[in-house]
Formats: sequence, structure tokens, C-alpha cells
Amino acid sequence: MALREALKSGKFAITTEVGPLKGTDTSEIMEVAEILNGKVDGVNVTDQQSAVMRLGSLATCSLLVQKGLDPVFQMTCRDRNRIALQSDLLSASVLGIRNVLAISGDFPSLGDHIDAKDVYDLDSEQLIWAINQMNEGYDLANNELQGKTDFLVGAVVKPVSDTEESSELQLAMMEKKISVGARFFQTQAVYDADAFDTFMKRAAQFKVPVLVGIIPLKSAGMARYMNKNVSGVFVPEHMISEMTKAEDKAATGLEIAARLIKDLKDLCQGVHIMAIGWEKKVPEILRLADLS
Amino acid sequence: MLRSEQKPFEEILGYLEGEDKVFILGCDGCAQASQTGGMPQVLEMKERLEGEGKAVTGYTVIDFLCQKALVASRLQPLENKVMEADSLLVLTCGVGIQAVAAMVKKPVHPGCNTISLGGSRGEWQGSERCMECGDCLLEYTGGICPLTACSKGLRNGACGGASNGKCEVSPEKPCGWELIYSRLREVGRLDMLKRFIPPKAWNKMRPRPEILSTPLWALEQRDELREEGTG
Repeated sequence: MALREALKSGKFAITTEVGPLKGTDTSEIMEVAEILNGKVDGVNVTDQQSAVMRLGSLATCSLLVQKGLDPVFQMTCRDRNRIALQSDLLSASVLGIRNVLAISGDFPSLGDHIDAKDVYDLDSEQLIWAINQMNEGYDLANNELQGKTDFLVGAVVKPVSDTEESSELQLAMMEKKISVGARFFQTQAVYDADAFDTFMKRAAQFKVPVLVGIIPLKSAGMARYMNKNVSGVFVPEHMISEMTKAEDKAATGLEIAARLIKDLKDLCQGVHIMAIGWEKKVPEILRLADLS
Repeated sequence: MLRSEQKPFEEILGYLEGEDKVFILGCDGCAQASQTGGMPQVLEMKERLEGEGKAVTGYTVIDFLCQKALVASRLQPLENKVMEADSLLVLTCGVGIQAVAAMVKKPVHPGCNTISLGGSRGEWQGSERCMECGDCLLEYTGGICPLTACSKGLRNGACGGASNGKCEVSPEKPCGWELIYSRLREVGRLDMLKRFIPPKAWNKMRPRPEILSTPLWALEQRDELREEGTG
């Protein structure tokens, strides 16, 4: 089912994501598209993820459309000003892309072109607002569009934070994003059902579908790395030791992911699996989680 | 106040390649305060360049190099020394370097890099920075500027990249938006967080045309001053 129909139907929505590679070789992504076809409702395509320069999200989304998938065009505010953002949105529209996810984007100093000029002409809330404006048939300068867009607009939220300020800001911004047109949320990876429950108890009032983020663990080292370096990711110690003890790390990682999905399923409206290189294993995770 | 740092000496020497004689110019304003272009630094530079076999035809320090009329009138008595040199090495901020380049018909080499203070060109006392954006948002952000306190200059809230209250760009830097949140909570204005700040008119950050029409600017435009300055 396409993402907007899935969300409308009230079924538990399933999205995943692919990250284009650095270069023109699309064989891997095409292979993944083949495997995911019919298994998920939407496929996010990351936009220069971690500020590392790669093949673009727009072109990759277009390839996915041709393969019969429903891509979610991720757009960061880091690299384009409002002219380029709006133009790319028009381009996405004519290429048959129907969903956009608006995000700020990691700072260039975190990527592989550290000298690049950061843009942030618009911030993510303003981008959501701009997309809505274009859905209404106008650009940001209030000029009428010859043919308007019809995007389903998504946004991100970090359900678990390490400071009170951050968690309160996340909820306040979630509300603001909804007020300017966000219609679904995908979250940072969650590993703790209780913490996610606490978040959802407050987020549920907004009545906008939340797709919980899942990153399957590949090793204990990966879990520790994320705990140390990825904002909003907190893998509990017992899960790390489960990975340490596991003989078949891959199998255990997939099992933990499936278990998490089962634990979190009733708290939210869908799941967003960020497999980070394990895209081909997404159907296996869904099978283990009884979602296929 | 503009803060500067001296360029690496090797870089400066590279600029002077193929030239024998140089005139060194410093500034008794911000560059003196930055300890990059006051008299001690000018004298030190003179010594180092002479050690490299360059002839220093003269040197002086002017307060302030950012004022072109002053540059012209103060260099006038030293005209011979200036004109004898192949070029000028200017130890000051980007404004001063451009001002000298505009007034002297000689190659002008920058001896300093201007360090961004996040936009503050006026007096500043603490960590507050103003980008002179022309459309102040402080009303909505608890008196903490989101353009300068947030690395990304986000207007509507945090990016989500902070860890333990520190910015994703540097663990040394507090997340500007967490500071804003704390301040708003302190003053009982958390409702401001719900307010949507529309896209910013960045063109307001450009100097307005009428700002040029100050008496000082008019003075700089006088032909006789230009002539004096250029010898």
C-alpha cells in the first residue's frame, strides 16, 4: 500500500530507508528496491546523510517510483536555499514523488566536505510550511503556481533525550511542525519501550501518526558507538550484552529488532526501519515481527 | 570590534615573492586589541621580514584603518616611503585592508585573517552576539539570539543533534536552543515555543544604501583626499 493510503487506513504503517552511494552506481539500490517491493508502504531516501556527499535523494526517489515503490523524499535545509528547495519540490512532484520528509540536516562539519557553506535559509519548520504553501498552489513569494503540488509532509522527532530541555523542545517542536502542516512523524531509533511509552503518552494528544524508528544492531560495538555519538540513541546495557554473547550476531540483531517492533507496536501507528546497509534484511525483520 | 589573527608568516612571505621593498601598516584599533597589528606586531613583522632579506621602506600605525579619510591623511606625510615600496603589508581586519587598498595605488597584502565574532561589530561585553540581521527575533527567544547561539541559526527550534546539552558541532558549545528553552522557562514564556517564525528576509542583513550617506562617507569621497592618499 502507498504510504498515505496506509496512514489513512489506520493499518500499522511500515517504512524503511535507503541511502544512495557516492557515485553513479545504482545497482545496489535497484536490487534493494526489487526486494522491498510490496513489503513496505514507503521507502525514505536519505539526503546527503551525515553531510556526506552522495547521489541525490531526488533522482533516487524517481528511480524508486519507476520501480513501483512509494518513496519518501528526504529534504534537508542544509544545502539549498528556498529557491532550490522549492524548485526541487516542483521537480519531485512532476517525477511522481508524493511524500516529503523535512529535516534540518547534520552540520557540514560532521560530513566529508567540512569546508562547505551551510545554508539553513529555511529551517525544518519553515520548510514544512513552504511545502504546505505549495500544496495550496503558491510559492514562498506568494506567486501562484501553474499546477500545484500534492505532497504528504512528514517530519522527525526524537522521543528520548538526555536533558529535560531537549525533551520539552522536541514536544514543543512536534506541535509546531503539526501546526504548519506535518502529517506524520518518523522517530530517532528507539530501544526502550518504557521511554517511548512516556513520550507517546504526551505525543498522542497531537493525533498525528508516529512511525517509531528501529535500527537493527549489528554488534555490541555498534551499539556503544551510537550511545556515544548519536544524539537521542540509548541502547540499554542488557541489549549490548545480549549482542556480546550472541554467536550469530546478525541473527540476534534481527531478533532484537523484531522484538522491539512487537513491544512498540501498540504504542504507535507504524514503524520506520533504518537498516543502514542491511536493507535486504528488512523483509526478514518484518517476518520475525509478524508483520508480513 | 573586529577580531583578527595574523596569517602564517610563510603565507605572508609567499605574497611578497618577487618583491624587495615593502611598507608595513598597522592599526591602533581592533588590530591592536587583537595583538595582530599594533606597533609591537608591526615592529616584529619588520624584523622578521628584514631577516628574510626584505627592505622595509617604512611603517606606521594608524587609528583606525577602517576610516579611509584618515588612511589618506595619515599616509600623506609618509608618501615617499609608501611609494618607494613595491607593496604594502597591512596588519588588520578585512575592512582596514580594503580601505587601504582603496586609497593607495599599490598592491596591498593582507597580513591578517578576520575571525568571525558571529557578527558583532559594535561593542560587546560578554558572550552575546548580534548578526545585525535587521529583523530582531529576541522577543520570541528569551533574549538569546537563535542566529548566533545556534550553530545552524535555526529560528524555530533545535535540530535534535545535541547531546547532554551540547551542540553536535562541538562538545564545547552549548545547544543554543536548550539555552533559549531554559530562559523562556525562567521568564515564564514557554508559550513562545509554539510561535512559528516565518522564513527570514536575509536581504535585511545587507547594509542599506542610505547608510553610505554619512558625513564620513562624504568626506572620503572628496577628490582631493583621494589624490593625497594615492600620491
